[in-house]
Order: sequence, then structure tokens, then C-alpha cells
Amino acid sequence: MSDGLVVLGASYAGVQIAVSARESGYDGPIAIIGDEAELPYQRPPLSKGYLSGKVDDAALPLRSAGYYEEHRIRLHLGTAATAVDRRGRAVVMADGTEHRFDRLAFATGSRARTLPLPGSDLDGVYTLRSLADARRLLAAMGSAERAVVVGGGYIGLEVASTLVTAGCQVTVLEASDRLLSRAAAPPLAAFVTEVHRGRGVEIVTGVQATRLIGEEGRVTAVESTDHVSRPADLVLVAAGAIPNGELAVAAGLACDQTAIITDACGRTNEPEVLAAGDCAATRQGAAVLRLESIQNATDQGRAAGKVVAGRAEEHPVVPWFWSDQYELKLQMAGLVAGYDRHVIRGRADSGRFGIYYFRDGRLIAVDTVNKPGDHLTARKLVASPAGITPEAAGDESVDLRSFLKAQQAAI
Amino acid sequence: MPEVTYVAADGTERKVQVPEGRSVMQGAIQNGVRGIDADCGGVLSCATCHVYVDPDWVDRLEPPSEDEEDMLSNTAAERRDGSRLSCQIEMTEDLDGLRVQIPETQS
Repeated sequence: MSDGLVVLGASYAGVQIAVSARESGYDGPIAIIGDEAELPYQRPPLSKGYLSGKVDDAALPLRSAGYYEEHRIRLHLGTAATAVDRRGRAVVMADGTEHRFDRLAFATGSRARTLPLPGSDLDGVYTLRSLADARRLLAAMGSAERAVVVGGGYIGLEVASTLVTAGCQVTVLEASDRLLSRAAAPPLAAFVTEVHRGRGVEIVTGVQATRLIGEEGRVTAVESTDHVSRPADLVLVAAGAIPNGELAVAAGLACDQTAIITDACGRTNEPEVLAAGDCAATRQGAAVLRLESIQNATDQGRAAGKVVAGRAEEHPVVPWFWSDQYELKLQMAGLVAGYDRHVIRGRADSGRFGIYYFRDGRLIAVDTVNKPGDHLTARKLVASPAGITPEAAGDESVDLRSFLKAQQAAI
Repeated sequence: MPEVTYVAADGTERKVQVPEGRSVMQGAIQNGVRGIDADCGGVLSCATCHVYVDPDWVDRLEPPSEDEEDMLSNTAAERRDGSRLSCQIEMTEDLDGLRVQIPETQS
């Protein structure tokens, strides 16, 4: 009997690989291995609706237990894999058991980056990646009065928005000179910074935390390079993520640090091994691109699942992403890196607008705030060879959907 | 528990019990009803859970929000009278028997 597909990581990407493999006609055995005990679950709500009480535990699973049974996808949850034996084609588990495979897919995700700060082991200091992390943070939020968020990326800012809305005093410390320095362009970051300041969040940029101070084992303050000691009974370290590719590195797969290098279909340098999601970096010419997003996990997972079913298909995709902070729905389409011009569509002070980014006159990315319809159109415009001119993008009298339709009709 | 009938583009019907308070999208995803992608998990970011609500049921639903309206004009399959995003239809006992048709494509 065939040993089938083993998916390492009960993640978004991992489940998508299994689902796509089945939907694309693969009929062999499928096993998903995950070190957490829960059914594979949604992560985006953990820094958003889960903390504000809008999303409960029951809404989190990606699929019901019955779904996996019905589609003959075996789940091995709550045990970590410790090694991949490529020659023996087996995953070795912490409890000594092995899962043999014909095909292996890495969907091991990423973990929260920790900082080498003295005092990091104090009570009241959190990171946020897993459901267990979110449960701990949620339990602490009720009584928190002063919070310091170390890191001004999306997760830090989403949690900051929930904390300040709940009446907590919040400071965000960001080491670089602006918020969202890795994940968004300056115009959007500037808007987001003003919104947070308007809600009373103290935003401090260009400053690094240096030490966490505690009393009786509990955090009481955060010291930083601006020589200020800020009182805190809750500290969230939200300093980015590190891909969980160590087992792939140890197994000798081509990696960029701990990110597993793949082609556009999720294939690694070994024909029997695939990778998708946060742990994977896609080769693009001489460079590699790693994205941390649901869209990326879903699309790479779909592509890898099709490979398992014998259908390698490359689909160009426009990356997209979203963040919820306060009543703001921030949506990002395309990749903003290297833009040389931007125009604003609408007015930022209306709370509903878009920022259109161009490189050499070509539309490469669009950020929208509370304009979900425009976001969908923007994804198509970014993908369209004809795109849109900066003049038309900035002119609200130009209806974007009609513009796109006319363009498509002309092709 | 209220029941939803999902009608696939090819006419195949699938009945699913969806707990009150859960969305029509969640009922589909949890039970592997094909044709509803729900890439964003139900936060009005992707428009890939588009359905056509049966004419008998359209007026018995809460009308779409401004954001949902905005997105319904941008779905992959054509918008029709009963077009809704299924993540925005929350199940209640009153909706027992709801019928929705799944479009040909979500992307």
C-alpha cells in the first residue's frame, strides 16, 4: 500500500494542501501532523475579534472533525515531529513513532520572534501566535491597566486597538522610525499612526525596549533606549515571526535561513517534498519572497495540493492582506516595494479612501481603508496589464469598476 | 437546529444543519460544501462566499450592510437579485429551510 501524503503542520496551508489534493482527485492516504491539540483553526481572529469577544472558540476551526473523516484525512494532533528521515521517507515523532510518506508537505508556519530582553520570562509578558497564546492574553486583558506593546507591526497594532478600546493605557514601542515598517508603505503607516494617537495610544518610534522590570515575578515596567521606564502590567512582544523550517534545514532541503525555498507550485528542490505558507519562500529570479498571509497560505496550499494530485499549475496571484483596527478595515492588494509615486483616492479624513502606488507609471499596489469593494477592484487592476493611470486612480469621478470592465472588453 | 440547503451550480443539493448564530458560510466550510471558498474566514475581505438566495427567502433576511453591498458589485460570478455574501447571513430558527444556490465560480 502507498504511504501517501504526510502534511507537517495542522495549519491553514496544511489543511489547504490536504483539501486541494482531495478535491483535485488524489485518492491516496493523507495524514496531517500538528503539535497543537486543537482542530486546525483560523489565526487571523486571534489578534482581532477573538480578543474583543466578537469571535468565540467554536467559530475558529477551519473544518469540522467530520469533514476530515469524510475525506479520509487523518489528523495526528498534539505531538511534535522531531525529524524528517528523507532516505527512509518517514517523519519521526517526539514519542518515537514514525509516519512514512511517499510525499511530504511542509506547512509548519512561523513562530513569534522573541527578543533577548532581560525579564522576558516574567509573568505578564506575552507573545501572540497560537490559540493558547490568545487565551492567555485574553485572560490577562481583563485586569490590565497599562500595556506596552513591543513592536509596531499589524499584530501589535491590532492588539493595541483592542486594549485601548477596553480602557487600558497603551504604549507601542517600535524600533524603526515608523510603524508597519516591514508590512506597509509610509502613507498608510502615517494614517494608522494618527488614528492610534487619536485614540490615545502612545506611539514611540525609533526606540527599542532594553529591559523588562518585575516585582515578585510579575512585570511592572519596560525600560527602553529613550531612557524612559514605562509602567506596565501587560507586555506584548510582537516583533515579527520566524519561519519554522528547522526540520527542513536538518533534512538538507534548500532553505533561506529557516524558510524553505519553493517554486511557484510549492515544490522544493526535492521532488517528493512540497512546502506552503509562512514556512515557505518562493523563488523569484535570484531572490526569494516570503509572505505571511492567509491569501499566501491558501494559494500556495492549493497549488501544492494540486501537485500531489499530479496537476502542477502556475497561477499568477496578486497578494492581498487585511487588518482590522478599531472600526477600520485596512486592505492591502499587491506589493508596495519599490513604488515611486502614490495618489490618494478620496479623502483620508473621511475614513474611507484608497492609496494607489505606482512604479514607472504602472499600478503595483493599493491600500484601502473601509472600501472593501474598491479593494476587490484594485486586485483586478493590479493584475491587469493595462492597469490604471495615476490621474484616473486619483479621480473619484472615474468609476473603477466601469473602468476595469471597459478595459476587459477592449482586450 | 436550523437546516440550510446548498444547491451546487450543477443542481446537486446538500442539506446541512447549521447552529444558530453561525453563518451560512460557516455551515458550508465546516461541512465541506464545495463552491464556497471563504478565503478571508468571514470578515468581508474577499467576496468568495457569494451565494444566490432562493427568491422565497430573500426578503426574510436582514438586508446587506453598506460594505457587503459594495462587495456584491465585485463578485467573480455575476450579481443577481438574491446575491449575498454567505458569511453575512447569520442562522436563526426562523431561517430553518433556507435555500441558497452556489455560483459557478468564486474567483
